[in-house]
Amino acid sequence: MKFKVNNQEIFASTGGRQFDKNKPLIIFIHGSGLTHMTWVLQTRYFAFHGYSVLAIDMPGHGLSGGESLKSIEDMAEWVSSVIDVVGYKEASLVGHSQGCLVTIECVSRYPNKIKTMSLMGGAGAIPMNPELLSLAENNDPKAVNLMMDWAHGPAGHFGGHPVPGLYHINTGSMLAQSRNIKDTLGVDFRACDNYKNGFEAAKKIKIPTLSILATDDKMCPVKEGKKLADLIEGSKVDIIDNCGHMMLLEEADRVLKVLKKFITKNYPPATK
Amino acid sequence: MSDKKIPKPKTYKFDTLSLHAGYQPHKNAGSRQVPIYQTTSYLFDDVDHAAALFNLERGGHIYSRISNPTVGVLEERVASLEGGTAALATSSGMSAIFLTVMTLCEAGDHLVVSSQLYGGTVNLFRLTLPKFGIKCTFVKPRDTGGFKKAIQKNTKGIFGELVGNPGNELMNMPEIAKIAHDAGIPLMVDATYQTPYLCKPFEHGVDIVIHSLTKWMAGHGSSMAGILVECGKFDWMQNDKFTTMTKPYEGYHGLSFAEEFGPTAFTMKARAEGMRDFGPCLSPQNAWNVLQGIETLSVRMIKHCSNAEEMVKYLLEHKSVAWVSHPSVPDHPDHELAKKLLPNGRGSMIAFGIRGGKDAAVAFINNVKLASHLANVGDTRTLVIHPASGTHSQMDEATLKFAGLSHDMIRLSVGIEDIEDIKNDFEIGFRATKKPTLVSNQ
Repeated sequence: MKFKVNNQEIFASTGGRQFDKNKPLIIFIHGSGLTHMTWVLQTRYFAFHGYSVLAIDMPGHGLSGGESLKSIEDMAEWVSSVIDVVGYKEASLVGHSQGCLVTIECVSRYPNKIKTMSLMGGAGAIPMNPELLSLAENNDPKAVNLMMDWAHGPAGHFGGHPVPGLYHINTGSMLAQSRNIKDTLGVDFRACDNYKNGFEAAKKIKIPTLSILATDDKMCPVKEGKKLADLIEGSKVDIIDNCGHMMLLEEADRVLKVLKKFITKNYPPATK
Repeated sequence: MSDKKIPKPKTYKFDTLSLHAGYQPHKNAGSRQVPIYQTTSYLFDDVDHAAALFNLERGGHIYSRISNPTVGVLEERVASLEGGTAALATSSGMSAIFLTVMTLCEAGDHLVVSSQLYGGTVNLFRLTLPKFGIKCTFVKPRDTGGFKKAIQKNTKGIFGELVGNPGNELMNMPEIAKIAHDAGIPLMVDATYQTPYLCKPFEHGVDIVIHSLTKWMAGHGSSMAGILVECGKFDWMQNDKFTTMTKPYEGYHGLSFAEEFGPTAFTMKARAEGMRDFGPCLSPQNAWNVLQGIETLSVRMIKHCSNAEEMVKYLLEHKSVAWVSHPSVPDHPDHELAKKLLPNGRGSMIAFGIRGGKDAAVAFINNVKLASHLANVGDTRTLVIHPASGTHSQMDEATLKFAGLSHDMIRLSVGIEDIEDIKNDFEIGFRATKKPTLVSNQ
């Protein structure tokens, strides 16, 4: 569905179901340079099981208008505005990679507004490889090729997409090139690189938190994810074997199973 | 930044993908070879799991008409080799074309189609699709401007074979892709003759690639199979032409394929709607057979192309041959374009005219011993046919002429036998043309 945030038209997938304000809201926040489509194997399930879902395209990404936001702090404020604009007082957040930084920052700023936080491939900081950052800021498609290489684990490089007929790396690559690389990936990578408040923000968080990490994640290694999780009181960690950073696609069923258990327990669905 | 500092992506390359893409042994009992999942259906964990699969909430298999794990490996493998986002395998190349058209079009729509196609494809576009209310305008493949002129308000796409069957005329893919995209419609290309080893149509602006996998991709001539592959770049939401892709679809609780699946929307719709409703599914055994062929695709294509170039030289010098059409011939009208579009080889399909017309062509075909006379191309064995009385025999004289066919034409699919043996066999055929009253050996 489309709606306006700060006078800018924004697109969010509702998981293939009519948006219903009477159901608890889950917001899914994508990673650097990507779009709402990375969440298709999680969002549709929640949308048909008692939740209202918004898999947002961040400004300047996917089907949303405007320009990419330049800092994680701005993105966190923007996500909070989304909750207001769609008429809710609270929501659960699910983030992937850069989306985790946004989630952590948003929760630390609005602890009463966010009810649960689920992080996939999340760390307290995501310092960028300088060459990768430079390629992205120079609109070089090699940046996407490198990201797809590093974002998929050894198993994911062979394929084996949960949806028959889809090929991981090419699909991800196409998503990351749906808009100008420098305007999406370049801006996002710089925002990640600049963000230094992740660990401090994490210390303030008291809400139920789940971290899903993957053993072959080169972009947010397990030890970095655990370092972050250790700072969040009572946070739960689930580690997926033989999987890379794109766990939400590489091991979509496993991710959905863990996410479902965590969210339904801590933020129950509507009963009707 | 110096080039030295730029790391290189370590994603797998063509030859490695030919052997491995789409398959993870550790998820299949460690089986090194892709297992043949000879089953119609798949157990659900519970009712919720079943509902989630039917509603496209989760990935997985329900019924082998819609998808099958062995077929899925083949689909991913071909998608990876083409550089596409997704693929859907079908029971034959013709069913892949039909499914592509039916996913794209509705009654009242129009397509612009190259005139130089396999005879069966011509009949589909000329005679069968009008029965579904889909009309076509045919344009000669080299008439690039003609494709633009033929586009109407209700045109939903342009279709052609990159190298036309059987006359070897090339479509100017990059220019025709631009024409299509300027009109907000996709370009669909049957690239069977090339395989992804010889040409990457997506790098030249093509949106949907179709293959008859029965041919070079499999190579062994044992199994029928087809596939459609999606590039993932085409923006279905750019105009209001593709409402079945962009508007809520009643068949899946109001799902919009373009919104939900973006770069894989076309394949998702072709499977969810087309496979569900028409059902031209590929058998797992045939998928496995095709996978065996794809494992050696690049080495076979190199040999096919080198043998073809040898045969071109031989035919050009032969006194029984009136003309030779192959993109490697310097005076072929598309010679330069072929260098650009087919950098790894110009393919192994040759059309040549035999002196003495139809009678000589018939005598040649009836007397060769090694080359097989049959209605197929892209086998590892050398194949010959007389199109005017075989693959294109259902065309009238005018249609034959428009499709670039003549009665002296022989279509040659060069195999990977020893080149001297092929030439020796052709000498037997050519000698027979001097005695056209010889009785058939068939």
